[in-house]
Amino acid sequence: MIEVLLFAQLQEEVGKDKVLLDIKEITVKEIKYQLQSQFDLSQIEASMVAVNEAYALEDDIIRSGDTVAIIPPVSGG
Amino acid sequence: MRNKMFEIVEEPISVESLIEKVKDRNAGAITTFIGTVREITGEKKTVYLEYQAYKPMAEKMLAQIGKEINQKWSDTKVAITHRIGSLDISEIAVVIAVSSPHRKPAYQANEYAIERIKQIVPIWKKEQWEDGEAWIGDQLENVRYRAGKPDVKDEDHD
Repeated sequence: MIEVLLFAQLQEEVGKDKVLLDIKEITVKEIKYQLQSQFDLSQIEASMVAVNEAYALEDDIIRSGDTVAIIPPVSGG
Repeated sequence: MRNKMFEIVEEPISVESLIEKVKDRNAGAITTFIGTVREITGEKKTVYLEYQAYKPMAEKMLAQIGKEINQKWSDTKVAITHRIGSLDISEIAVVIAVSSPHRKPAYQANEYAIERIKQIVPIWKKEQWEDGEAWIGDQLENVRYRAGKPDVKDEDHD
């Protein structure tokens, strides 16, 4: 299982703050595509992906047990 | 868990407590930045703001900004606290305190910190207007992150 955390706009679009994906291994790029097709998210293209609390690159591999966070453009401060 | 140098909190922030955290016998200057909730942005009137964070990662990223500052300006001490939840107009959303032996690095490092917060720290604000609401992203007009991720390495953004 891969736990995917959602924030801000994305959280409201999906209607929950996390989703579980029954996947063993997937790249960052692929998981974005998968979430996009499953939930029709508006901001996924502009979003960053964090794996286990660190920013990841498009080709990085996510494995079962990892915690993924989809990070839309930030607006702190 | 008091006295953390980099913190996301839900209660009001005490500016004085951040000054205390960076006090140092070798410091000749302490700068503070206090980010507050603004009522008017363009033609929109904000009623209140709601901040959300990916807390564990946000604290890590704040700590990383502190590390970058220590590398760029030696002998600085940095503390940053960002508040989340609902904030009214004029309430404090973020406080950055930097101490340094001399004033210039304290000013420069403090500005560097707020710019980096807007780039790499996973915190989002939702504007509540009189006639609607919206999550705000892209304050720096970086519609897409270059190279797929924000630059979390030490780089000159001055």
